[in-house]
Amino acid sequence: MSRQRIDCSRLLCPMPVIRVQDKVAELHPGDELEAICTDPGALNDIPAWCRINGHEVLETRSDSDAGEYIVVLRVGEDS
Amino acid sequence: MSRQRKAVALISGGLDSLLAVRVIQQQGIEVEGINFFTGFCVEGHTHAIRKKDQKKPKRNNALWAAEQLGIKLHIIDIVDEYKDVVINPRHGYGANLNPCLDCKVFMVQKAREWMEQKGFDFIITGEVVGQRPMSQRKETLPVVQRESGIDDRLLRPLCAKNLPETLPEREGWVDREGLYDFSGRSRKPQFALAKQFGFEDYAQPAGGCCFLTDERYSVKLSDLWQHRGEKRYDLDDIMLLKVGRHIRPADHFKVIVAREEGEGNFLQGYRKQFISLKTTSHGGPLALIDGEASTADIELAARIVARYSQGRDAPQVELEVSDHGAGPERLTVVPLAASEVREEWVL
Ligand code: SF4
Repeated sequence: MSRQRIDCSRLLCPMPVIRVQDKVAELHPGDELEAICTDPGALNDIPAWCRINGHEVLETRSDSDAGEYIVVLRVGEDS
Repeated sequence: MSRQRKAVALISGGLDSLLAVRVIQQQGIEVEGINFFTGFCVEGHTHAIRKKDQKKPKRNNALWAAEQLGIKLHIIDIVDEYKDVVINPRHGYGANLNPCLDCKVFMVQKAREWMEQKGFDFIITGEVVGQRPMSQRKETLPVVQRESGIDDRLLRPLCAKNLPETLPEREGWVDREGLYDFSGRSRKPQFALAKQFGFEDYAQPAGGCCFLTDERYSVKLSDLWQHRGEKRYDLDDIMLLKVGRHIRPADHFKVIVAREEGEGNFLQGYRKQFISLKTTSHGGPLALIDGEASTADIELAARIVARYSQGRDAPQVELEVSDHGAGPERLTVVPLAASEVREEWVL
């Protein structure tokens, strides 16, 4: 089990979702991924993508000082 | 026992693809969705950029549609490969720079490759005969089938009864009687079916699914190609065309002026790639200069930016000019009068 991080800053949706999707394809069930985004829409879109594809959202948070929006997910069993 | 048949659906996020999927799901077919990101999608970007649009909660309609339908959605980045479709469309453009027929062929071809790789059986789309002038005419639907190589593995559930039988129907995977015969531009049958299925709050994009159908956008893209001397673009170019006022006072440079705070923040991310200008004596927009600008050009650009600042009627406006992130240097100019911003400069 691993935890990885991807930088999606300056990318507009759906690019952060695409980055997350492509990274998750390389990971294993149970692995965790933290996506650092600057498009606030990522806080809706990445969790929506997780829900429809069977991954668990562990955390969403925004760091307004840094202008960052962070989503942490755990890769689902059926991936 | 017969194998569970699987279809891949082209999901735009609009009502038609939503309905097409539900029709096929009701026939016991397993469906997954594909959504293509070309860089020109209306979806998301302007919404993400423009602050005033952010009051409504933002959603990605393709993801929303997939969630309503309970299907997986694969978003595929085709930005690079799609350039050839936009630059050299074999079937030409529509009313603006929208190469809809080539675009459809390309997307169905990409979906076919995906389908073959993943062991799916056929493709579905939400197309309706006669709905769009270029890509959904009765004569052009077979072109998509032929040129994409999908042939009769492409099923259009909303208008299938107006079209020849497809493989999924012949093989009995799908019952033709459960499909529809919609045609033409009226959306009433779709609204009625949406109601029957209990879909509310679905997206209704006007015009089309991408910026290439937009006249103003197409003018800016043509201008970019013309002044670059060739039809070429990268993702940053086409993103910047979605943002700000584009003003070209001379062939060799144009000024991109943010229209509001969100656009200013977005342009801020490009300050290291361009000369940027920002008013300091008065509230005003951030602007970029795209092209090779001399000192006199920068001064003219500064006067234009001052025109769009709160100092437009002041005798002088002070700005900071930063050259590809370096500097900044200070510049004081007289704002251009409204009559001095020539109509033909504004793209
Ligand atoms: S509107 Fe845009 S995305 Fe839709 S078919 Fe035409 S070119 Fe393709």
